[in-house]
Amino acid sequence: MFRQAIEVLGDFGLMLYRALAAIHESLVGGRGSRIGRANLWWQMNRVGISSIPIVCLVLFCIGAILELQMAKPLANFGVVPLTADIVSLATFRELGPLVSAVVLTGFGGAAIAAELGTMVVGEEIEALEAQAIDPIRFLVVPRVLATIIMLVCLTVLGDLVAVFGGMTVGFFWLGIGVRQYLAHSREMLHVQDFVTGLIKAGVFGLLISSIACFMGLRVKGGAEGVGLATSRTVVYTIVALILVDLLFTAAFFYLGF
Amino acid sequence: MDDPVIAIKNITKRFGDRVIFDRLSLDIYPGQTLVIMGGSGSGKSTLLRAMMGQVPLDGGEIIAGGRSIGSMTEPQLMDWRKSVGFLFQSGALFNSMTVADNLALTMREHSDLAESTIQIMVKIYLQMVGLRQHLNKMPAELSGGMKKRAGLARALMMQPQIFFYDEPTAGLDPVSSAQIDTLIADLHRKLRVTSVVVTHEIKSAFRVADRMALLHNGKFVVVGAPDEFRSSKDPLIRQFIDGLSVGPLSDPRGHEDYEKDILQLG
Repeated sequence: MFRQAIEVLGDFGLMLYRALAAIHESLVGGRGSRIGRANLWWQMNRVGISSIPIVCLVLFCIGAILELQMAKPLANFGVVPLTADIVSLATFRELGPLVSAVVLTGFGGAAIAAELGTMVVGEEIEALEAQAIDPIRFLVVPRVLATIIMLVCLTVLGDLVAVFGGMTVGFFWLGIGVRQYLAHSREMLHVQDFVTGLIKAGVFGLLISSIACFMGLRVKGGAEGVGLATSRTVVYTIVALILVDLLFTAAFFYLGF
Repeated sequence: MDDPVIAIKNITKRFGDRVIFDRLSLDIYPGQTLVIMGGSGSGKSTLLRAMMGQVPLDGGEIIAGGRSIGSMTEPQLMDWRKSVGFLFQSGALFNSMTVADNLALTMREHSDLAESTIQIMVKIYLQMVGLRQHLNKMPAELSGGMKKRAGLARALMMQPQIFFYDEPTAGLDPVSSAQIDTLIADLHRKLRVTSVVVTHEIKSAFRVADRMALLHNGKFVVVGAPDEFRSSKDPLIRQFIDGLSVGPLSDPRGHEDYEKDILQLG
């Protein structure tokens, strides 16, 4: 069991190393870049653009919920406008990247695992190899890069939408003016809050896509294997996201960011 | 006789307890169409994949282009694969691309040709397999036979000198099978390519073969010309060619321990 886990982790590390090593050839140098760039653009569109509405909806609700949850305890101290500080800080540092990543896991990660798994079952991966096309460079690199880039973009958008959600509730239910809300947010947020969130988003993007690609490419046993890989991708990725988030938060706390 | 294009030397392979190749040897000569026959699960497709360097061997070696496939570096293996056209059992077209893009992919990847030239080549090769009017269709819109013909056109794009066909006519109606066989025979006649065809369809095998080999229990039990197979009295060959249910190729029914198994006796 332990040995098997080490082997799986080793295979995962090897795939990740091969994918990172192939980025340059895939996008800049070599003949493969002609396909690589087009593939990256297509994947960005597929993974990222299609998730915008759902990420916006979820983060708008998260911002609104947080605003309402914080309003009562802060009202006891007569500082309801401080909800803006809490919503902004929590969103930019934590909830923006994490919630966007969880949504993208269900939306993009599961789709990647299912797609690659189906390609394994349909002999498409073997066909790529038979045509001397490296599946890691052709399939994994664009998906990993697209997920990283688009999760960073989605996080920026999600952060703004969540603050907007909090502000909407604050304005209509709690009587906090828009200017007052934005002033509190601006005062509370520093560049490092924004940057730490984006760093997390980039790492989360790498996790989602690499776990999905790894699980997809390891599919065995037909349609049942594809289903299993897809559900495992979602579970493993969410667990990995939470663990890595904890590590990052602890590291940033320790370093004083 | 010329030097072999591919030399299979004493290869062995096991999957768990199952022996797939048991010191298997065979030479494949240039311009020859070799048909490898054998029952389901006899290791025919695995042998093709081993010749592509996709299945590591437990022992022995396969020599291609003067080099052992097992000891090739990654670039050497890629060069070897570029020189081989592979038709998969299912066609293995990429489902997310149109037929035209499936064909163009290899050229976009491995050549510096302009897109307009690639598009012309795509049309030429699709015309060769009778699918030019379907170039903008997705693979899901094609029948099984059309997928295989498109797969063949894709394999032709890099103009390889060696072709591997994995069950090219399996699951096809007699007309589609005959079309695929004709294409294989035409390629051989016009381009003098070397072909290795894996099949258990006897009609197809005799249509295209220059030489035949029967794989059984990890070994080539018979290798010879089609006429030798036709006239052979060997019970193995007769059972395979005549499609008899009883004979040396049949699975043993496993009478041993049957009663024990049924009655769950220790």
